[in-house]
Amino acid sequence: MSMLNIVFAAVGVLLTAAALMALYRIVRGPSLLDRMIASDMLLTTIILVVGTEMVYNQHTRNIPMMLVLAAIAIFATVAVARYVSKQDKREEAP
Amino acid sequence: MTADEILDLLAGVFLLLGAFLSVAAGVGLLRFPDALSRMHAATKPQILGLLFVVVAIALSARSWSTLLALTPVLIFQMLTAPISAHMVGRAVYRTGNFDKDTLIVDELESVIDRASRDDQPGSDSAS
Repeated sequence: MSMLNIVFAAVGVLLTAAALMALYRIVRGPSLLDRMIASDMLLTTIILVVGTEMVYNQHTRNIPMMLVLAAIAIFATVAVARYVSKQDKREEAP
Repeated sequence: MTADEILDLLAGVFLLLGAFLSVAAGVGLLRFPDALSRMHAATKPQILGLLFVVVAIALSARSWSTLLALTPVLIFQMLTAPISAHMVGRAVYRTGNFDKDTLIVDELESVIDRASRDDQPGSDSAS
């Protein structure tokens, strides 16, 4: 059982690192589309975390949450990508 | 080692693979230079990582009804991920958020050029 605990700790560290890297890109991202790509990836990481929690605590109550998150992940990205305009062009370095 | 322990360990290994893909996407988001290559990195955990986690949940719960409930999650993600990737890629091309020097050939540019010339002769197109 202790080996499985090490595996879960490693999974938690890796997913946290991935979420933090996506967050960094959301804050720093030079353009709006970089931020949308990063937020899409953050949502994917959240789905993975919800699934990992089910494996760790041995239940299946989070499946509807995963389903809703996977179904609505598209909306924000498509809405922003549709209305992004030419003004959001990356600024050239001086 | 009983069969239950082996299945639990296998679920842990699948979780680890999914988390590794997620970290790979995070590193790609940090290190890649422009939006198009960042998009390439960010889509890795969207399908394969989710597939690994779904397999891990199914191995850990060990029931057919759980697997049936998890299948729509994967199907929804597979249906919607290409649409959002297409929309973002289109917006990235139109706003010019990518490095033109990294493209070996840009077939879309000439197509847009020709289409806008055919539509409005005489007017300088925005494309």
